[in-house]
Amino acid sequence: METSHASTIVLDVEDWPGHIAGQHVDVRLTAQDGYQAQRSYSIASAPEDSRFALTVERIDDGEVSPYLVGELRVGDTFEVRGPIGGPFSWRVESGGPLLLVGGGSGLVPLMAMARHHAARRSEIDMRLLVSARSWEDVLYHEELSRQVRRDGVDVRFTLTREQPAGWGGFARRIDAEMLSAVGPKPSAKPAIFVCGPTPFVERAANLLVELGHRPQAIRAERFGPTGS
Amino acid sequence: MTPLSRGFRGRPRRDIDPARIPPGQYAVDDFPVLSAGPTPRTPTADWSFTVDGAIDAAASWRWEQFMALESETFTVDIHCVTKWSKLATSWTGVSIDTLLEGVETSAAYVTAWSDGGYTTNLPLADLTGGKAWVVHSFDGTPLEPEHGGPARLLVPHLYFWKSAKWVRGLRLTVDDEPGFWEAAGYHNRGDPWQEQRYWND
Repeated sequence: METSHASTIVLDVEDWPGHIAGQHVDVRLTAQDGYQAQRSYSIASAPEDSRFALTVERIDDGEVSPYLVGELRVGDTFEVRGPIGGPFSWRVESGGPLLLVGGGSGLVPLMAMARHHAARRSEIDMRLLVSARSWEDVLYHEELSRQVRRDGVDVRFTLTREQPAGWGGFARRIDAEMLSAVGPKPSAKPAIFVCGPTPFVERAANLLVELGHRPQAIRAERFGPTGS
Repeated sequence: MTPLSRGFRGRPRRDIDPARIPPGQYAVDDFPVLSAGPTPRTPTADWSFTVDGAIDAAASWRWEQFMALESETFTVDIHCVTKWSKLATSWTGVSIDTLLEGVETSAAYVTAWSDGGYTTNLPLADLTGGKAWVVHSFDGTPLEPEHGGPARLLVPHLYFWKSAKWVRGLRLTVDDEPGFWEAAGYHNRGDPWQEQRYWND
């Protein structure tokens, strides 16, 4: 379990062709009566990692995620197809600087990029802004705390609902000032990846454009309903 | 051989005509948003729609001219490659047949292009014959920017990435030229009933 509502699933995939950080897979489950359900999940592991992992957030009225988070046991099998996705992916060879902005489980594909950066001991300027309701809701928070110190990724957090005592990070919804503080400046022409629930991504991407970042440099991955 | 997923039963089957759900899809009641970049915001005062490419004379409509064209309100099912389908969606817009009226062309393909740089390619035959529209309203109200407003292409018989948001023009081409997703691993035609999601489908 990563948080109270998200789990990382480590998979042994036959003939896996390898992936690029940021890509996703399609998961297909098949019930006894032949009924099938498919959903997409981001790959959490770096291409270099020895274990291939997805992180899945449980959607309470969902069909596939409650099964993957709550029912799946070691040794179970299901179908995985992929990797899928081109524009929302990054490799060290693509260069930087880089700004990653993740809301909730939108952190998953960005984590694959941060892990890839670390695995390659890259010195590319990578900034990661993580937004979550509380510290307990931040996926991989222990690993990310270490990463700030060790792996050269500048990780910043904003906790929008609840902050631990003595919290030194941001404590509000993302805004222009926060995105400017995290940087890099628009003049540095960073490649930008934004992932999260639709309202979060809309807000972040609009703010980044208003700050002067090039729209074509902003790659977005949205999930869930519009919220409107 | 498809492995069974121990303990997976699926959601109670809803009261939906299964004949309306393509393979691998599920019905939603909300309206998910999927776009690969920021939402462009083009004021209608700066908006135009252009048909050009392999035709004798390009045609272009400013917003008021476009809105003055004969429009249709119709109800269709839509299917997104990310697995959701939304049934009985109501749209208002201009048929592609109306926009191509009188056009003589040797082109067999079309690239739809959009604000923000998005493109998608289609056989011309998938856009004509009452199968596709440029729509400006959803459920009787102006289309929101997140859903492609001020106007988007609507090609409901293909996966929804073909229904380019923020569409600004159709370029008729003699050769088939893969668009944004088509060049990134997604199927060139995208027929949901044949589950044409990715290149090798």
